[in-house]
Amino acid sequence: MSQTELIQHIPRLRRYARALVRDAARADDLVQDTLERALAKLDLWRPESDLRAWLFTLMHNLFVNQMRSSNSHAMCELDEANDVPVSGGQMEALVVRDIHAALAKLPPEQREVMLLVGLEQFAYADAARILGVPPGTVMSRLSRARERMRQMLEGQQVTKLQVVK
Amino acid sequence: MNHINEDDLHAYADGLLPADRRAEVEAWLAAHPEDAARVQSWIAQNRALHAAFDEVLNEPLPLELVRAASRQQTKPMRWYRAAAAVFVVAGAGLAGYGIGLYNAGGPAQYATLPQAAAIAHAVYSPEQRHPVEVDAQHADHLVAWLSKRLGHKLHAPDFKAQGFDLLGGRLLPGETGPVAQFMYEDKLNRRITLYVRRDETKQAETSFRHAREDGVEVFYWVDRGLGYALSGNVDPAEMGRLADAAYRQISP
Repeated sequence: MSQTELIQHIPRLRRYARALVRDAARADDLVQDTLERALAKLDLWRPESDLRAWLFTLMHNLFVNQMRSSNSHAMCELDEANDVPVSGGQMEALVVRDIHAALAKLPPEQREVMLLVGLEQFAYADAARILGVPPGTVMSRLSRARERMRQMLEGQQVTKLQVVK
Repeated sequence: MNHINEDDLHAYADGLLPADRRAEVEAWLAAHPEDAARVQSWIAQNRALHAAFDEVLNEPLPLELVRAASRQQTKPMRWYRAAAAVFVVAGAGLAGYGIGLYNAGGPAQYATLPQAAAIAHAVYSPEQRHPVEVDAQHADHLVAWLSKRLGHKLHAPDFKAQGFDLLGGRLLPGETGPVAQFMYEDKLNRRITLYVRRDETKQAETSFRHAREDGVEVFYWVDRGLGYALSGNVDPAEMGRLADAAYRQISP
């Protein structure tokens, strides 16, 4: 592995981190920690294996440690982060805000599966390896996350309709 | 019809099923509207995630992160030595240009050219939405603008004969001042970039060199005060022909 190879993966690591922890500065800190860890553990990486999956594994481990060490604090921050990113038309902004808020309400382990599969498009088996859980656990978390998101997003629509009336 | 389970529904929403199984799931969904509604919602969730976060892919990379990825951790001077080790003499296709052998005592600035070019190539060539700042439709403006910023008349070579069209270009920060990057793409969506910066080292001109920086092929040379590096994830022989074409146009 080398400099340019590592740099090529930064945009996707940033996207995942941004969705995972919301706050852009904290997300980039997580990416930076991941890159530093990758360089420090270079000897453990096997050249024939998937570098991207390995980097996401390192990021997952760092994220879990973070959640563990500042559990209640981090969760509280996530729930309160409600700023709306400026983008496109009003409808789009609404959907974007909804997905941000809904993601923040998912338990971290469900949010990770949701993002690895739905956003980063990892195969289920790769997501399982990254998270260090059996494939069956990935599927059950994915199922719970998606149903919960559905209820949250549809629930919000119902609320909005009632407001309009 | 085989039984459709929950995992199949997810795999369908994620586009992970082979065609025959997909058709079976579609038949199932047609007969089970509640499942169809759930699957539709999951697909909408995936789309919403991309709509919310794909923007991040197009943001410029923070310098701290590029630095973190380039940090020399275990062995000091690692990158410098790696760069020195990969310099090889260009192949037979480039005969006639006074091909230079790498000189280990050469100016440090010159040694960084292929590496800097390869990094810039790796950062910008995968970009889908904003690969360039100024597109090829405004090629005249692009060349005039970059020439002005570098304080040197530039020329964007034409690679149409080699199957690559100009996409456009951008201005980049370099160690020694502004850098111009021109990007080209062929029918297979392969991209090559030409990295141009001022070179004050008074190198012997027309010495043509080749380096491989982490899978990126780089051909580079110095001519009349400018350092040029052509980078691409393209077979070295083909890259050599492209570099040859660039060289002929820039330094006829």
